[in-house]
Amino acid sequence: MSAVGSLPFVVSMLLVILGLYALLFKRNLIKMVIGVSLIETGVNLFLVTLGYRTAGVAPIYTYAPATTVRVLPTPQALTLTSIVIGLATTALLLSFAVLIYRHYGTLDVSKIKELRG
Amino acid sequence: MTALANHAPVLLIAAPLFAAFAAPLVGKLGERVRMAFTVAIMGITGCLAGLLAATLYAQGAAPIVYVLGGQIPLPSGLAVPIRIMLEVDGLSAFMVLLTALVGIAAVCYNISYRRGRSGGAFYDSLTFLLLAGVFGLVQTGDLFNFFVFLEVTSIAACALIGFRTWRNRSAEAAFKVMALYTLSGLFVLLAVGLLYGQHGGLNIAYLASSVRGAAIDRVALALLLTGLAMKAGAVPMHMWAPEAYGEAPASAAMVLVANSQASLYGLFRVLFTLYGMSIGTTAIGWILIVLALATIVVGVTMALIQKDIKRLIAFGAVSQIGYMLLAVGVGFAVLATRPAFGLTAITGGIFHMVNDIACIGLLFLGAGVIVRASGTRDLNAMGGLAHDLRATTVLFAIGAFALAGVPPLNGFASKLLIYESTFQLSPVLAVIAVVGSIFLLAVFLRVFQAAFLGPRLLRGVTPVPVTMTIAMAFLAAVVIGFGLFPGFFIDKIVAPAANALWQGQSGYIAAVMGG
Amino acid sequence: MKTEMSVIVRTITRCVYPLILVFGFYVIMHGHLTPGGGFQGGAVVASAFALFLVAFGTKALKGRLNPHLLQSLEEIGALAFLGLAFLGIGTAFFYNILAGSGSVFGGAVPSGPNPGVLNSSGTLPFMNWAVGLKVMAGIACILVAMLVGSRKEAEE
Repeated sequence: MSAVGSLPFVVSMLLVILGLYALLFKRNLIKMVIGVSLIETGVNLFLVTLGYRTAGVAPIYTYAPATTVRVLPTPQALTLTSIVIGLATTALLLSFAVLIYRHYGTLDVSKIKELRG
Repeated sequence: MTALANHAPVLLIAAPLFAAFAAPLVGKLGERVRMAFTVAIMGITGCLAGLLAATLYAQGAAPIVYVLGGQIPLPSGLAVPIRIMLEVDGLSAFMVLLTALVGIAAVCYNISYRRGRSGGAFYDSLTFLLLAGVFGLVQTGDLFNFFVFLEVTSIAACALIGFRTWRNRSAEAAFKVMALYTLSGLFVLLAVGLLYGQHGGLNIAYLASSVRGAAIDRVALALLLTGLAMKAGAVPMHMWAPEAYGEAPASAAMVLVANSQASLYGLFRVLFTLYGMSIGTTAIGWILIVLALATIVVGVTMALIQKDIKRLIAFGAVSQIGYMLLAVGVGFAVLATRPAFGLTAITGGIFHMVNDIACIGLLFLGAGVIVRASGTRDLNAMGGLAHDLRATTVLFAIGAFALAGVPPLNGFASKLLIYESTFQLSPVLAVIAVVGSIFLLAVFLRVFQAAFLGPRLLRGVTPVPVTMTIAMAFLAAVVIGFGLFPGFFIDKIVAPAANALWQGQSGYIAAVMGG
Repeated sequence: MKTEMSVIVRTITRCVYPLILVFGFYVIMHGHLTPGGGFQGGAVVASAFALFLVAFGTKALKGRLNPHLLQSLEEIGALAFLGLAFLGIGTAFFYNILAGSGSVFGGAVPSGPNPGVLNSSGTLPFMNWAVGLKVMAGIACILVAMLVGSRKEAEE
C-alpha cells in the first residue's frame, strides 16, 4: 500500500463506525439519515486515500510534467461517482422522511412502529 | 443483423434507460401514445435479449466481451484492462432472459394499472429504470460498474416501494428499505476499494487472475457476501422483504423479486468467478448452506401466520431465495473435489431461479388483481372470488401449486434436482427442504381456500382488465411449459449457465486477458 | 407564513447569485481541462437556486417557475447524454468519434504542461453540458418538490 501510514485509513474507519452507530442506535429519522451520510463520507475518504502516493501532484494531464510522481486518478473517479450516488440516496431518504412526517406527525422511529397495527 | 447482435449487450441497457427518460415526455402526448411506446420498447428489449442469448449459445457459450468506448479489451503494452467492459457468459445470458421475461409481464400488467389516474408516466419510468439497472447488473464485467448498477436498482426499487404516497405504510417501508439497501451498497463499495487497493484493477476477469487468498482478499469477500446477502434477503437480514414486497404495487413487487435474484447472481459471480478455488470453499459453502436453511425455515414459518395476502406471498418469496442459496451453496462447498452431484445442485438452483420468478410473479400479479377486485387485503375478509374471477382463480392456482412443488409443474422439476443433490451431501438438508415445501403447500392451500372458495362474501366485485389477465396467462404458460419439458429447457438455457459457474472461470478470464 | 429574510440577505443574494451562476457554468464548460465537469458544475448552479429559495421563499416562485418545464429540461438533458453516447455506435457505444478529428472540439492536445486547449476532447464537452443541464434541473426539481410539498401540508 502507499507510504502515508495508516492514520487516514483509521480515520475513515472511525467515520464509518460513527455512522453505523448513528444509524442503528438513534431514534430520530433525520439522525439516521445523517448516519448514512457519515458512512458514505467515510467510504469516500477511504477510496481517495487509496490513490495517494507520497509527494504526488494532482493527476491533471496538462498540468504536471511527466517526470513527477502523480497521485492515482482512478480512485478519484470512483469517489466522484460515489458522491453522486450518495446525493440521490440522501434526497430519496429525506423525501420519505418528509412524507412520514406528513402522515404520522412525528419523526421518532419508536412511535411510528407503535402506530403500525 | 450481426451488427445488432454485436451491440446487443449494451443496447439491452440503453433501450430501457431511453424509455425511462422519455416516458414522461411521451406521456405528455397522451396516455395511449405512452402505452404504445412502453410496449414497443419492451418488445424491442425482449427481441434483443433473445438475440443475445441465441448468439451466445451458437458459439458454444464462450463469453462475449463488449468494450465500452473502445475495440479490444487489452491493448498491447498494457497489463491491466482499463476500459469498462460488459462480459456476457452463460449465466449472464440466463439472467438476461429471466429479466426480459419479468419485464414483458410487468409492462403488460402496467398498461391497465394506472389507466385514467395521474402518475402513470412516472411509474413506467421507474419500472424501466429498475429493468435497465438489472440488465446492467447481470452483464457487467467490471466490479465498480457492478456497484453503480446495484445502487441504481436500489434507488429505483425504493422509489417504487414508496410510490403510493397516500398510504401511511408505504413511506415508512420505503425509508427502512432504502437505509438497508444503502448500507449494503456501501459494504460492497468498501470491498471494491479494498480489492482495488490490493490488486490495482477493477475488472472482474483481471481480479480473478490476480486474487490469491490473502487476508485483505478474505475481508473483501466477507464484506461482499454480507452486502449482497443483505440485498438478496437471506436470514438474518430478511426483515425488509415482507415490507418491501407487501407495500409495492403488484408488478413492482415482481420486478423487485428479480432485483433480489440479480443480487444473488452477484453473489454467485463473486464466489465462483472472482474467487473460485483461491479460498477455502468448504467452510464458506457450509456458511451459505446454514443461512439458506434458516431462510427456508423462517420464510415458511412466518408465512403460515400472515393475514395479509401480499405479505404472505412475500414470505414465500423469501423462502424460495433460501432454496436457490441452498443449492448453489452445496455446489460451492464441494467445488474442491468436483463430484457430479455438485453440478446437479447448481443446475437445480439456477433452474429454480427462473421457475421461482415465474411462479412468484404470477402470485403477485394475482394478488394485485384480488386486492383490486375485492378492495381488501385481509384474507379473513375476502372469499368466494371464484364465482366472479374465473380466469384469475385458475391462474393463481397454477402459480401456487407450482411454487409448492407439485408435479408436473416447473417447481417440481427444479426442486427434485435440489433434493437429489443436497441429499448426497447430507440427508438433513434434503429433509428440511422437503418439509419446507410441504408447509408451503399447506400455506397456499389455505390462501386459495380463503380467497377463492366458499360463498360470495363481497358485493360489487370490479371486473379484471384484459391486459392483467394476459400478463398472468403469459407467466402461467412459462410455468406449464417449463414443467412439461424441463429437459429441453435445462439443456438449452440452464446447462450453459451452470457450466459457466462450475468450470467457466478460466474461460471468463481468458476472454478478457487473452488466455 | 413566517417572517421573511432581512433586507441584507436579500440584497446580497441578488448580488452574489449571478456570480455563482457564472462560476457554475465555467466549471461545466472546462470539465475536460480542469477538475470539474457536468455534475460538479450542475451542483454549483443548483446551489445558486437553493440560495434563491432560502432568501426569497417559495412565494417568489409562484407564477414564475413551471415545475413541468423543469422536469422536461431534466429529461432532455438525460436524452441528450444517451444520444451522444449513441453517436459512436459504429465502433462501440460511448466511442469518442469527434476527438482528434479536426471538426467541432476536435483539436489535438499539446503535450507537456500547458494551460489547456478548450477546443479538444471530442464529445466530452457536449456530454458535460448534457449532464450539467440534467443535474441543474434535477436538483432544482428535488428542492421545489421538498419545499413546496412540506409547505403545502403546513398551511393546511
